[in-house]
Amino acid sequence: MAAPAIETSGLDVGYPGRRSAVTVISGLDLTVEAGTFLSILGPSGCGKSTFLRVVADLLAPLAGTIRVMGETPSAVRSGRGVGFVFQDSTLLPWRTARENVRLPIQVGRRSLSRMIDDRADELLELVGLSALSERLPHQLSGGQRQRLAIARALLGEPRLLLMDEPFGALDEITRDRLNDELLNLWRRTGTTVLFVTHSIAEAVYLGQRVIVLAAHPGRIVADHDLRPLKGPDNRCSREDPAIVAAMARMRSALGAAS
Amino acid sequence: MNRGPLSPFAQTVLPILGAGSLILAWQVLLPLAGVPAYIVPTPTAIAGVFARNGSLLLSNLWPTAIEALSGFVLGNLAAVLLAVVFVHSRTLQAAYFPVVLFFNTIPVLALAPVVILIFGLGMLPKIVIAAVICFFPTLINMIRGLESASASEHELFRVLSATRWEVFWRLRLPRALPMLFASLRIASATAVIGAIVGEWIGSDKGLGALIIQATFNYQSDRLYAAIVLSSLLSIGFFMTVVAAERWSVRYR
Repeated sequence: MAAPAIETSGLDVGYPGRRSAVTVISGLDLTVEAGTFLSILGPSGCGKSTFLRVVADLLAPLAGTIRVMGETPSAVRSGRGVGFVFQDSTLLPWRTARENVRLPIQVGRRSLSRMIDDRADELLELVGLSALSERLPHQLSGGQRQRLAIARALLGEPRLLLMDEPFGALDEITRDRLNDELLNLWRRTGTTVLFVTHSIAEAVYLGQRVIVLAAHPGRIVADHDLRPLKGPDNRCSREDPAIVAAMARMRSALGAAS
Repeated sequence: MNRGPLSPFAQTVLPILGAGSLILAWQVLLPLAGVPAYIVPTPTAIAGVFARNGSLLLSNLWPTAIEALSGFVLGNLAAVLLAVVFVHSRTLQAAYFPVVLFFNTIPVLALAPVVILIFGLGMLPKIVIAAVICFFPTLINMIRGLESASASEHELFRVLSATRWEVFWRLRLPRALPMLFASLRIASATAVIGAIVGEWIGSDKGLGALIIQATFNYQSDRLYAAIVLSSLLSIGFFMTVVAAERWSVRYR
């Protein structure tokens, strides 16, 4: 059997301070199977984004161990194993849509470049932006910019896609549509997704599994496996009573913890 | 009343009419008010100098233009290079930035005689003064520009395992360009000021020298012609910088 996508034990996550470190999450034990779509739900300040940064090797853990697909986070990062989608799309404003998507093959490990150069157009097609590939980011809508950011993150065919409240700034209609598009992409690619959000509805709609974090201190207060409700292809209706009930359970878990 | 945007035609023509009306008022009203021509000559008298003494003006324009341009290039180049060093080494920045800051508090007019003492009376001291005057605003803006990429942009490049070199060329430098051009626009005017100030203190050619000579000889029409020419020189530099900015920063 393949190594789990994420395996942590006694993991302390936070920021190294000048005198003493600020711990945001302490003693995190979490195992995530490869290929899972995991939603990480929690209020601001619970450390969910900080945890993603540790997985992506943007931040060193304060204590404990973390393995990403059986390797250290830094080995996975330097092997281009992760794609990261930020809350703001983080597109470079001087590059066209297409050139933004191609950024991953222009920096870092260039040995990848020849293999996947064609993929840029394929990904633009996949996120429905082929016709706009020569536009600059400021000529695109918020939803189009986030689609582009996702296409860029997928260019290196990452085994792990980390998404930090990617649709947080979008209107609800666009957000719902992008949720469906994201699930379609996930079904096609089979990559593991860690999706951070503070929207209960979004977490439940997207995730096969939802972990709920509470703040001060950051910890897991609920861990729901939704696969029995959604089946193997992770489909559900937002109106399904079982789904609505799952949302209510998570809301009360969040309420009880705060 | 119509408060909408003006038509492109009006936007082009109105500034010309505005300036033209003021020049016309100057031409007609000043002699009527009894202001003598040796204090303020009329626009036609100044235009007459351009016609009569064109070659004199031109031969004094070139030294100033060369000094200002060389100073502009040297001063800004030095500032950009030092900014690149500073943003990559906190140690050097901490050690030397206060010195640069102190240096900037010295008025250029006070510094100019020292520069002339060191470099003599040729073009070189004027180039140095023009360079010094351009240096500081560009240094400050370039440091801020190179530091202006957001935290998530840096994180993006780190997720992609970009090298420092790649972060510089593909993130920091393009991010810095708008701020660099903001200071280059200012420098396009101050470089000319630096060259002229340098010529005041010790030179027998250049627009600065012509301004001093014309003042002492009560040739006020020639003085005003030299002022107009200095202004045209600055405008020329400014337009060149704006054109370069349009070409290299296209996403605005």
